[in-house]
Amino acid sequence: MTKIKLADSKVTELKQVCAKFDNQKNELINILHGAQELFGYLPAEVQEIIAQQLSVDVAHVYGVVTFYSFFSMSPKGEHPISVCMGTACYVRGAEKVLDEFKRILNVKIGETTPDGKFSVSSLRCVGACGLAPVVTVGSKVYGRVTIEEVQQIINEYQ
Amino acid sequence: MSQIKLTIDNKTVQVAQGTSIVDAAKQIGVNIPTLCHMKLEHVGYENKPGGCRICVVELEGRKNLAPACKTICTEGMQVSTHTLRVINARRTVMELILSDHPAECLTCVKSGKCDLQTRAQELGIREIPYQGEQSKYKEDKSPAIIRDMDKCIMCRRCEMMCKQVQTVGCLSAINRGFESVVAPAFEMDLEKSTCTYCGQCVAVCPTGALSEIDNTRKVIAALVNPNKTVIVQTAPAVRAALGEEFGLEPGTLVTGKMVSALKKIGFDKVFDTDFAADLTIMEEGTELLNRLQKHLAGDKNVKLPILTSCCPGWVNFFETNYPDMLDVPSTAKSPQQMFGAIAKTYLAEQMKLKREDLVVVSVMPCLAKKYESQRKEFQVNGNPDVDLSITTRELSQMIKGANLNFNELHNEEFDNPMGESTGAGVIFANTGGVIEAAVRTAYELHTQKTLEKVDFHELRGFEGIRSATVDFDGFPLKIGIAHGLGHARQLLNEVKAGTSTFHAIEIMACPGGCIGGAGQPYHHGDTNILKQRAAAIYREDAGKAIRKSHQNPFIIKLYDEFLGEPCGEKAHKLLHTHYFDKKPKVK
Ligand code: SF4
Ligand code: SF4
Ligand code: SF4
Repeated sequence: MTKIKLADSKVTELKQVCAKFDNQKNELINILHGAQELFGYLPAEVQEIIAQQLSVDVAHVYGVVTFYSFFSMSPKGEHPISVCMGTACYVRGAEKVLDEFKRILNVKIGETTPDGKFSVSSLRCVGACGLAPVVTVGSKVYGRVTIEEVQQIINEYQ
Repeated sequence: MSQIKLTIDNKTVQVAQGTSIVDAAKQIGVNIPTLCHMKLEHVGYENKPGGCRICVVELEGRKNLAPACKTICTEGMQVSTHTLRVINARRTVMELILSDHPAECLTCVKSGKCDLQTRAQELGIREIPYQGEQSKYKEDKSPAIIRDMDKCIMCRRCEMMCKQVQTVGCLSAINRGFESVVAPAFEMDLEKSTCTYCGQCVAVCPTGALSEIDNTRKVIAALVNPNKTVIVQTAPAVRAALGEEFGLEPGTLVTGKMVSALKKIGFDKVFDTDFAADLTIMEEGTELLNRLQKHLAGDKNVKLPILTSCCPGWVNFFETNYPDMLDVPSTAKSPQQMFGAIAKTYLAEQMKLKREDLVVVSVMPCLAKKYESQRKEFQVNGNPDVDLSITTRELSQMIKGANLNFNELHNEEFDNPMGESTGAGVIFANTGGVIEAAVRTAYELHTQKTLEKVDFHELRGFEGIRSATVDFDGFPLKIGIAHGLGHARQLLNEVKAGTSTFHAIEIMACPGGCIGGAGQPYHHGDTNILKQRAAAIYREDAGKAIRKSHQNPFIIKLYDEFLGEPCGEKAHKLLHTHYFDKKPKVK
């Protein structure tokens, strides 16, 4: 894991996020949400500070971060790709679409391509079940995506 | 507490409110199979995530099967534990677990002692109908522990042990679904985490996912090397547990057979760590008295309470958690390391050997000692004082490998000079034993009077935290005892806050002390075994001709001929150590 240096001002803000929840252990998830909003992702350094502020083990924080797919440990790409894995999308082949994105970009879920351009994540129902399977890239929504279309979508952003 | 009546397999049973079905069944001799569940009575700890579903039972009037470990008995409940439906469900659960488990039983270190293997055999699983992807993780080898997470079944016993009992919390369940596993933060290697190597996670892991580093091959290589003289030391706790590996009743003392086996295996000399435990008492006891006398003379800077330092798991714990208190514990090395330091100087000289040609092996109940023996400060020019540390389990493996019929061996005696010990050295194995041994010696040195009653029953027992006041001829010496690192933390926090009223505190990392060490035969949750081992240790002590460390004739001789005064210059150089700040640094 590459070490990153957090700016002092950001560290102060992070501690404020923790303080807003009274450094309460049972507010960990809310605090992680706040931290991810602040940094865009949750690098190890951020998790360590949160663990320290809340007096919990950093292993526990990491456990929670890796449990919820919403949290990410790598910065989002310039074009964040999300594939809906809600029931409707799933039964209409979303997993294969997701696999195709992973294959072409050579990343796992939650990871970002080395050039920083794309990141891939899955999300739960976006409420557009009629368009299943649904993919979003940034704020743009693509409906009824087929495996064949995956490469075209990526090309739009190259 | 109000009582509840229910039936289990048509038998009526009455239990206290809050009792689980598993425990209620036990009361009438019905054994419901469990896997992730583990109840450690004396530690006051129960792991029941209800995750594995092996313990399911049928309840009258309830549609779904219920996990017996997690379901609390209610009035009038009708439980069936072995219906066809139940057994089929258990089989399916087991088949699913095994579908993501490497079929490596033939070469697995846990084979024959593995709860997963036992349960699978009991259920008569002969094939695994489900086939699919299997989880793959990288193996993590630390100086004491191997993590082979391909074999992890996510029972989370280790996590509970590390977090709840030991309050180290360096293990946590991570990820979800198929990818979930127990790991240190950021999946870093255990070596880089805050792990203390207490090994208690290994002691409760039902499978081969967690195990100790195996040094037996290295020991054998040394034994067959004609240029090396190989000596061995055996820790006090080993003799009270080794017999279990050979089918003997827990609590059977096998001291003489163990010595005999070690000689047959080919060690040139078989010595006793108990001798070094006596030595530890001379140093730690003197240090306690020195601090006490300064304190009584009005010295405000003297650090009291003094904390024992013979447990390397505990040393690791305070180095990572209390780096601002490194001057509080005694500086005395552990018996293992005292033995090594004397062996590679005094003994090597006597045997006319260069230290490089003398190999010191230790048999320990402990995994932390594997790490301790590798610490840089316990080496001279890269040559360690203790070359190889193996566990009670590894010794049993070597005995089996040498085709010895252990139970038929005749008793043999330790060699001298480092095989002679007192009852005080023996009780180091038990929680409370180190401080009892220290009191026996410190009392006589302090009061110049003979201690008539050497048994301090007030210091014995299994309570996590105990305290007692011992009358030192008019001076009330206040003693605290903690075993298990969570309990240690409680006493430590008092010391840190300045509210501790003790003069001396004994701490052992493992619940029960070394008799419950992570290198001992597996107890599989039966904590009575620990009590039987502890009782055996006290029996061995009671049977000793000499029961006070300072009366060990070879200890007296060692100071006369070689060391000089306890806590003197030479003793300090060889028998004391210093501690390091190992707290992980966060900005
Ligand atoms: S050895 Fe002890 S401290 Fe290390 S992971 Fe296991 S239980 Fe935790
Ligand atoms: S490592 Fe062992 S004790 Fe820990 S969860 Fe896995 S199987 Fe259970
Ligand atoms: S209590 Fe004994 S077995 Fe456990 S870590 Fe300490 S020295 Fe080792």
